[in-house]
Amino acid sequence: MSDWSMIDTWIVLTGMVIAMSCALVGNFLVIRRMSLMGDAISHAVLPGLAVAFLLSGDRHPLPMFAGAVAAGLLTAFLTEWIRTNGRMEADAAMGVIFTTLFAIGLLLIVRAADSVDLDPGCVLYGAIELSPLDTVPVGPWEWPRAFAIGLVVLAINVVVIGLFYKELVLSSFDPEAAAALGFKPRRIYYLLMALVAVTAVASFESVGSILVIAMLIVPGVCGTLLARRLPGVLAASAVVAMLSAIGGHVMAIGIPPIFGFVDTSTSGSMAVAAGILFVGVFLVAPENGVLARWAHQRSLRDRIRCEDVLGALYRWHEEHGEKGPVVRWPELAARIGLGPTQARRIRRLLRRNGLIGYVADDAVHLTGEGKRQAAIVIRDHRLWEVYLHHQVQLPADHVHATSEALEHLTSDGMRRRLERDATGASVDPHGKVIP
Amino acid sequence: MMVEFPWDDLRRLTGLADYNTRVVLLGSLLLGLVSGAVGSFMVLRKRAMISDVVSHAALPGIVAAFMVLTVLGGDGKSWLALLTGALISGLLGMAAVHAITTHARVKQDAALGVVLSVFFGAGVVLLGFTQRMKSGSSAGLESFIYGKTASMLASDAWLLAGSALAATVICLAFFKEFRLVCFDAEFARAQGWPVRRVDALLTGLVVVVTVIGLQAVGLILMIALLITPAVTARFWTDRLGSMVIIASGLGALACVTGAALSALYPRVPAGSVIVLSCSTLFLIGLLFGRRRGLVPEAWRRIRLAARTERHHVLRAVYEQWEQRGVQGFHAHAGTGSVLVSAGDLAAVRRWSEARLQRVLREAAADGDVELDAWPLVRLTSRGMSHARQLVRNHRLWEWYLIQHAEVDPHHVDRDADEIEHVLGAAMVRELEATLPGRLSGAELPSSPHPLTDTEEAGWRKGPA
Amino acid sequence: MTGMPAVSRHEHSPAHPLAIHDMTVAYHRKPVLWDVDFDIPEGNLVGIIGPNGAGKSTLIKAVLDLMPKASGEVMIYGRPYREQSQRVAYVPQRESVDWDFPVSALDVVTMGRYGRIGWCRPVSRLHREAARSALDQVGMADYAERQIRQLSGGQQQRVFLARALAQEADLYFMDEPFAGVDAATEKVIVALLRRLREDGKTVLVVHHDLQTVADYFDWVIMLNMRVVAVGPTGSVFTRDNLHKTYGGRLTLLDEAAEAVARSPQ
Repeated sequence: MSDWSMIDTWIVLTGMVIAMSCALVGNFLVIRRMSLMGDAISHAVLPGLAVAFLLSGDRHPLPMFAGAVAAGLLTAFLTEWIRTNGRMEADAAMGVIFTTLFAIGLLLIVRAADSVDLDPGCVLYGAIELSPLDTVPVGPWEWPRAFAIGLVVLAINVVVIGLFYKELVLSSFDPEAAAALGFKPRRIYYLLMALVAVTAVASFESVGSILVIAMLIVPGVCGTLLARRLPGVLAASAVVAMLSAIGGHVMAIGIPPIFGFVDTSTSGSMAVAAGILFVGVFLVAPENGVLARWAHQRSLRDRIRCEDVLGALYRWHEEHGEKGPVVRWPELAARIGLGPTQARRIRRLLRRNGLIGYVADDAVHLTGEGKRQAAIVIRDHRLWEVYLHHQVQLPADHVHATSEALEHLTSDGMRRRLERDATGASVDPHGKVIP
Repeated sequence: MMVEFPWDDLRRLTGLADYNTRVVLLGSLLLGLVSGAVGSFMVLRKRAMISDVVSHAALPGIVAAFMVLTVLGGDGKSWLALLTGALISGLLGMAAVHAITTHARVKQDAALGVVLSVFFGAGVVLLGFTQRMKSGSSAGLESFIYGKTASMLASDAWLLAGSALAATVICLAFFKEFRLVCFDAEFARAQGWPVRRVDALLTGLVVVVTVIGLQAVGLILMIALLITPAVTARFWTDRLGSMVIIASGLGALACVTGAALSALYPRVPAGSVIVLSCSTLFLIGLLFGRRRGLVPEAWRRIRLAARTERHHVLRAVYEQWEQRGVQGFHAHAGTGSVLVSAGDLAAVRRWSEARLQRVLREAAADGDVELDAWPLVRLTSRGMSHARQLVRNHRLWEWYLIQHAEVDPHHVDRDADEIEHVLGAAMVRELEATLPGRLSGAELPSSPHPLTDTEEAGWRKGPA
Repeated sequence: MTGMPAVSRHEHSPAHPLAIHDMTVAYHRKPVLWDVDFDIPEGNLVGIIGPNGAGKSTLIKAVLDLMPKASGEVMIYGRPYREQSQRVAYVPQRESVDWDFPVSALDVVTMGRYGRIGWCRPVSRLHREAARSALDQVGMADYAERQIRQLSGGQQQRVFLARALAQEADLYFMDEPFAGVDAATEKVIVALLRRLREDGKTVLVVHHDLQTVADYFDWVIMLNMRVVAVGPTGSVFTRDNLHKTYGGRLTLLDEAAEAVARSPQ
């Protein structure tokens, strides 16, 4: 890591602009549920690229772009055409078309390899490590060509997506409504495919198709897990893309030496970095992450158990009067069905919130606040019983279990409506008083 | 590429003199067979893209197996070991897709895309290690990406053939279960079939076939060998059994072609040749397939249009005659045949003269009309009964539409035009049953609307 | 008060073809059918009616273990469904399958025999003949070899019925068999239902056309997120119960369902 040089900076910068431009268009593929179209197009631009090489004889970007856009649009168009005319699934149609185009491209490249310097391996994993060596003058600076091209494509993507933002959103979300409003969703669709193709081909040479596919899909998926609304999703995906580029290169030059190698493929590492970020997001995303959902569920479950304890104590007092026999915690916990660890945690929670008091010999009782909250739980329970019996018309002996579940889930709004529906009722269907 | 035709190689190949070539061709043949069969079920289960994910996800397994072997000092090219690695990481990839879609709000296609690209990236990273490894040459590993049958050894090919054969046997043994689950999984589940396990078996077969095909076709194009023959077969048949057989045949043909060309021209990537053979067969199927090909369908449409037009003319002749009564048509000396003027016919549907003449000539060729008295058209007795039947169908349908679909009598003529030509005998019987009062077999209901503007609408004779 | 006349709700007789006890069904954890509890006696044609989204298909799918039950139990002739699946035939909605699938009408009907044939065994002539005779019973013998896309909607429905017949079951569940079929098919289905009843079979049919309910069915189950009424058509199919069934959704129950969906597992 100590020998980080300007070259490494350029590699990271190049990776970043490419990753961000991929992520930006990729988001729309992900929300359209067409993630694999990104895979298909990034493979299918190969023949366009090869034909452009064969015709122009060099790597001039303009014919390259034209060829790739043509091939990308051709993939989208042919997939659609054989899907309708051949009456097959979209997936299968896409599989047939992109493999055919890629196979043609591969043959052309093998053919062209005699005259033009082209390597099929380069198509897959690129040569981002060498990209800083090939520079172009930009104003007073010498920029790596790949970086300059990547910057141009990023600008194109930002401008096009900015201009057509609401059309893209509407036609991705609800193509029929878009058509009804006169937005021509088919044109928007082909515009998106053209953007994917341009992005893929610009990135091809430097990072190879593998990074293109990874960056089209993975940041977008992370974005949907991290944010709720589309602007947030786009921003999150751009950040994930940048971090993947940085982390990827650091990994590529930092990890191999541990095992006695010099380095490894940077674009591959960037894809792996994206994968690691995805796993991270998958686990710890604030709302949709596995851990967040687990913690949320656990706290909800604890609340329900606390309420069960309060309810049970309330009923006990109701039945036996305030001066009745004492309730011992272990028996109570066992009756509610708490295991020993759970029982300890619930008891701690209840005491910390001042809901139960605790005297000698494990005897528990409700505090003033505990009584108040227990009354709410019992009230909800009995209101639900009234509602289920009178409105839903379930028999009286069938409403208890359902009310048991619903009593924990009653919002203020629901409670007000329950109260309205139960006007006049002072007892539940079993004759118990509604507090 | 075509600079010098390798005659010697071709002779060696066609004569199957070389043991290695023989076994490789056999292996390719079996690979094509099993890919077609497994691919058919995969496509019908609407999981076409999983093979693509499996093949990409296999790469890190292949390279990792190679590295482990090399580090242990063994032969890094042991095919069995490499394929075991591929199998493990392919299955891991599928498990990852499953975990992502069940534990996070991520759609199936996005999960497939994530696993495909990240696993492949990991494979490339590992490949980067091997290329910089001091011991062992990783050159052969690239053939897994682009496919190269020529580099296959006889022992590899035997393994390939054996696995392909085993997969084929499983495919045949569970044919019935696969058919049931692919067609109607919910019904299968209600009948007590373990649909998940059948699906897992099918996915397992896809993984195995994908992995054994990697060296021949390459991981990027492997998906084509599973999808393309299967969808091509669908153009030729409406039956699952024949679809599987045809798909197997097409797959085998493509694989053998690829392997043969790869043997002749070692520089040509075999995967590309195999896939382009598949694509060519696909194109042929798309155009000429007996069941759904575009050309046969267009031909059927043209035939139907021509038949429809002929029916319209015959009906027009009949209705002209019916409308004018006996004095209206030109009684021909001696014969009782029906003559109608061509000009009147052309007016009925605003046909051009040329178009009317063409249709009439076709009808004349079938013996429904005679044109010897042109510009008068003579309906033969055969044509008469034919026309009467057509008019009857048309009017039955018109009355049905008026009574049951509440179509306006003034529009019913054109609506009936659309459908009457495709009425089957059973349908006609049903129509007869729906009309008030029963029609005897040959009785003709009157037209529900005026045949010309001057006449009143409604039953003129009324059904008996 | 309870709207549950006729059969007492607590005597779940083992002889009953279908006995549902305290069943709540959830879709993606959201309850869509609350506290279902009834028995169906043998040899009846039972109509299941209710507005859209009332849970009619859900009821069938939960009984057939196609949807998880949040609570409660279902007994088929006194035993759990998975032990009795061979005695139960299911006719799904016509839209539930891809009619482009490369099989003939006879192939589809033969699938009704697969349960009897067992794993990996090929379809024998005996089973093929049974399938053919089932097709004949619905008047489709002439169409046995047709690819299923080439059949009309009514004919496709008859193929599905024939598949259920081929199962030779005792209890039948049909999800909207009358939806979008022609008059001839409707007649065939009604005749078939009556024949099944004569043979002592029990048939539950999700039905939409209220005008024909009294004509077609001996019993009726009226649903709207919960069972409004179950019983003989004559005593249950009343204006009052219809009003309760079609009188609108219980929005508070909807809200409760959303809350349950968000609650911990």
